[in-house]
Formats: sequence, C-alpha cells, structure tokens
Amino acid sequence: MSALTIRDVSKKFGATEVLKDINLEIGSGEFTVLVGPSGCGKSTLLNIIAGLERQSAGTIRIADRVVNDVAPKDRDIAMVFQSYALYPSMTVRQNITFGMECRNVPRPQRDEAVARVARLLQIEALLERKPAQLSGGQRQRVAMGRALVRDPLLFLFDEPLSNLDAQLRVEMRMEIKQLHQRLGSTMVYVTHDQIEAMTLATRIAVMRQGVVQQFADPETVYNRPANLFVARFMGAPPMNTLPARLEAAPDGTVAVIGDVRLPVPAEAGRWIGREVVLGIRPECIAESTRHFTDTPGAVITMTAPVEMVEPTGAETIVVLRLGNERVLGRVSPDLRHRPGDTAPFTVDTRKVSLFDPTTGDRVV
Amino acid sequence: MSTRPATLDTMRRLPEYLVIWVPLLLAAGHLISFALWTIWVSFTPSTLVPVTGWVGLRNYNAVLATRNWNIAFDNLLLFGTAFVLLSLLMGLGLAILLDQRIRGENVLRSIFLYPLALSFVVTGTAWSWLLNPGIGIQKLVNNLGWTSFRFDWLIDRDMAIWTIVIAAVWQSSGFAMALFLAGLRSVDADLVKAAQIDGAGPLRIYRRVILPVLWPITVTVVVIQLQFAITTFDLVRALTGGGPGIATQLPALVVYDFMFQRGLLGRGAAAAVLMLLTLLAVLLPYWAWRYVQHRRASRA
Repeated sequence: MSALTIRDVSKKFGATEVLKDINLEIGSGEFTVLVGPSGCGKSTLLNIIAGLERQSAGTIRIADRVVNDVAPKDRDIAMVFQSYALYPSMTVRQNITFGMECRNVPRPQRDEAVARVARLLQIEALLERKPAQLSGGQRQRVAMGRALVRDPLLFLFDEPLSNLDAQLRVEMRMEIKQLHQRLGSTMVYVTHDQIEAMTLATRIAVMRQGVVQQFADPETVYNRPANLFVARFMGAPPMNTLPARLEAAPDGTVAVIGDVRLPVPAEAGRWIGREVVLGIRPECIAESTRHFTDTPGAVITMTAPVEMVEPTGAETIVVLRLGNERVLGRVSPDLRHRPGDTAPFTVDTRKVSLFDPTTGDRVV
Repeated sequence: MSTRPATLDTMRRLPEYLVIWVPLLLAAGHLISFALWTIWVSFTPSTLVPVTGWVGLRNYNAVLATRNWNIAFDNLLLFGTAFVLLSLLMGLGLAILLDQRIRGENVLRSIFLYPLALSFVVTGTAWSWLLNPGIGIQKLVNNLGWTSFRFDWLIDRDMAIWTIVIAAVWQSSGFAMALFLAGLRSVDADLVKAAQIDGAGPLRIYRRVILPVLWPITVTVVVIQLQFAITTFDLVRALTGGGPGIATQLPALVVYDFMFQRGLLGRGAAAAVLMLLTLLAVLLPYWAWRYVQHRRASRA
C-alpha cells in the first residue's frame, strides 16, 4: 500500500512555475528525502503535502485518500519545522499537548501520551520549562516530541537540522534514523544537505527548478545519477565530469580524454565516435598501490601531475591532471604528494557514468 | 608617552562629546531643576509670585479638598481607562486586519498613522467642529433627512468626557497599530503553520499562539498611552475647554487654572506634584518590570 501518492502536482505563483508535474509514489514505512538546492521547490512541495499551501493542479493522496480539499489538521500528519516553531508562551508539556487540546482529548490520555513521548526522547526533565530556557538540541527534541505524540500516518520534516551546529547535527541525524527504524513510520524529509539525504533516506528525490531529476534509492542516485545535475549535486567532493570521446578498441569501448584511454561499459557502443561527458567519482581515483578489484581490464594505472593537495585527516584529496582535465582523487593520507610532482595513480572504471553533452542525461 | 594617544583621542572626539553632552545636561538640568523648584513652591504660601516660607502639606490638603480636583481626577480615571483600552483594541484590531496581506496596505497604514502627525490642538479643534451639534455630524445627518438624530455629547455634562476619549483614540490608535503590526510581523510564520497542523482554528491561534507573543508590546503601548492620558492638556483645552462647566476637567487643566487664572502658585505646584506622583505610579512599576526582563534576558 502506498502511504503517499503525488500525482501530476504543479504549483504556480503568478507566472512563475515553482513545481512542474511532480509524480512520486511513497510506500508505507519509507523514509523519503526531498533534496535540492535552495529554490528548487522542495519546501513548497512539503507544504502542499501538509495542506499549508494548495497546489495549482494535481492530486495528493495520503493512505489512498485524496486530501486535496482536506485541512492540514485532518490529514493525519505531523510536521517538524526548521525553526522548530515551538509556542514560546507555553511550556514543553503544553507544546506537546496543544494538538490534543485542540482535539479535546481527555486529560488522562494527554498525560499518558506526553509521558510516553518524553520517555522516548529523554526530555522528561524539561517538561515544565519554556522553549526560551532550552538549548538548540533540546528544542529540536521537543519539536520531534510534538510530532511523535500524534502517531500520524505521515511525518513531515522541513530541514529540521539546519539550525544546529555541525556536531549536534550528526548526533540528531543518527537519532532520527534510529527513530525511523524503531517506529517504522512513513517520513518525508526536506533538506539541502546531500549527506543527510544519503544517510537517512530509503529513497531520494533530487529536485531542481521544480522538477524531480531522479527518484531512487541512495545507492542508485549516487552511483548511477540520472543526469549531470544529480551527478554534481550528490557527493562531496562532487563527481568529476570531463569531456571525452568514445572510440572502439580491440577489447571493447574506450573513452579518450587527451592521452588517457579509459575502458567504458559495452552498452556505450552506440555512442562510438561521438563526444560524451564522462563522470567519475573522486574515490575511484587513488594511489597506484590501491587494490580496487580483480576484474581484468576494470582498473588502469597512469601517471599524472599533481596540482594541489588537501589533507582532510582520514584521507587526502588531490587535484591532478587527467588528459589535461582537472580532476579530484582521494588518496591515502600516508602519501605525501607535493604540488608539481608527477605520481602514479590507479583508476577504477567500473562505476564510470556517461552523459549526453547536449541534454545532460545519462547515456550509460 | 602612553597618555598622548588617549589625549589625542579625546581631542579628536571633543565635538562628539560637546554635541551629545551639552544639550543632554542642559535638558536634564532644566527638567530636574524646575521639577525641584515646583516641589519647593508646593510647600510655600506662594500666590501670584513665589515667596519663601513653609506651610507643610496645607497646599496639598487644599487641592485635594477642591471639587475641581476631584472631578478632574475622576475624569482622569475614566478617560485614562477608556482611552487606553479603546486605543489598544482599535490598534490591535487594525493591526490584525492589516496583517491579512491585504492590497493597499502601505496606503492604509499611512492613513491610520496620519493623525499622529497632527498637533493635539488641531485634533481638538477639528473634533470640536465635528461634534458641535449645530455644524457637525448631527447637523449633517439631520440635513440628510434623519431629523430626530441627536449626537450632542459635546454639550452634555455626563457624556462630554467621552468626546475627549473619541478624539484621543482617533489620534493615537494608529500608533498602537504600528507597534502591534511590527509585533505581528515578527511572529514566526512556522508557528502559525504548526498550530494549523495541530488543529487550532484562527481564534485559538490568535488567543494561544500569537497574542501571548505580543504582550511585552502591549505593556509598552499601555504605559506610553497612560503617560499621555495623565498629562493630557492641549486636547481638552481645544476640544471642550474643560466644559461644559467643569465636566471635563483633567489634572493638567486644574494646574493651569490654579497657577495662571487664580494666581495660586503654591496650590498649582501642589497639583502638579500630585500629577507627577501619578505618573511615577505608572512608570516606576514599568521600569522595575523592564529591569527584571532585562536581567532575565541577559541570564538566559
């Protein structure tokens, strides 16, 4: 059963079309992340799912019920906001029970629900405080508590972690993931942070300018991006993309980039003799001693000039020249390359992506 | 050697000090010295001219015993309460209506704020024409055909004080509106969204979520308006002149009456000091509240 179906949804503000024919089908228990740069329409889409804004066309179904004309409060959803949106004049307890108060839930039931959620989120000690007396992380927890207490069909998260500092963000990210695993609820999560998308999602919808570019599980989005935008948006540092020319070789097809010849999958055969854009992840370019695979012909070794070195601790990012194009590689931190050196590198070509240079769409 | 840069610095900033401190000291000195002088006069037997001498609280007792002062103070209580409440409600109402993202908001906001740019004398005079039964609203409605229509509060002993309320509310509810509108605009839009999802209707959203955020602004508006109410002089002077009879006397008019019309400086000074005490009764709690708020904010 699908928990949420978005069919042909579009949204216009005056003449500007912020969402164009969105179609998403989200299964029960899925954790879907809507990711994209700011202004891509992801928050608008979330507001439309919540009923806070109305789509210009299309239908939204929650648990197979069309909710186009249903008010937010009757959609059986809960939402966590970027600003947390805690009611400043109410205590934590009142914040959590406000929804039940509006629905006239009897007091014993309210108290029981608060106790359950407070235990789950470990905020029992904070219940009588006002939001102003809480730290950022505590506010985040209370905001989650207010959503969890409803036990809704659908949880909506609008960039809930972007107001936290880096360390707390990682902790809360793990907690949200654990919560999802424990509760098994359906969640839709909006973020501009591709790492959050990769770590949390069971499926990612990458959006750009109101259009869903790709809707797939994180592994597919990362390894087989649907187009150049997805390839460059997902992953840090981003995928290297370089112009190449496909040629026939005795043992298959190769992409020629300057003086480097990289074997590419056989399906690319119909593009022989044409220009393509070749995408290769930085982690597929490493020091020459790295052993990627035993598959014959999948790995090539080359020497290349090093332009710049960026140690990050766990690994070192090197900027090198591959057939006169600048590319990033990720090498072991023990190596001490210096700018200007020429060093041997090994390239894993199994996960190479090829894109049409005019449309940007994936070819192979 | 080490003091030279400091001296140079002082020299360079001398104009700034002069521009800020000289007028400030002059103004403060003026205010404080005249306040002290008035307090001193209130304890002397001064009549037409100030004289030395000590009469204790005799002036105060005399002022408090006059019908004039008692009517003025009763009027102040009624006028102050009605004016503050009505301008608060009008201001809040206008602000909430303007906050509904309506068209022409800027124009309407300017119109509502415009009375504030007028002098109270102008407001008083204009309303005295409008409320004059012979030439104002009553006459207009009568001429339109509703000949039995009566709106003669201005010459009605019991209702005349309400004409001052009307004019004062007209003049200053735009000011309350501006403060409330700023407050409403500072409310996080997500709060309203969260409340909608929680299932609260518009009334409950205002009552439980938005208005509680506005209460510090409300306190500020109340204090500023009360301060104005207590010191009201020119508006009444132009609108009713304290009349009919002494039906719309206010403390400031009583002070004026004692000092400049009856030539009783001592009594007038005593009445002025009583006004100052009334003001302090409003301002001291406000300052204390501000101090506590500030302390709490700096601790959080």
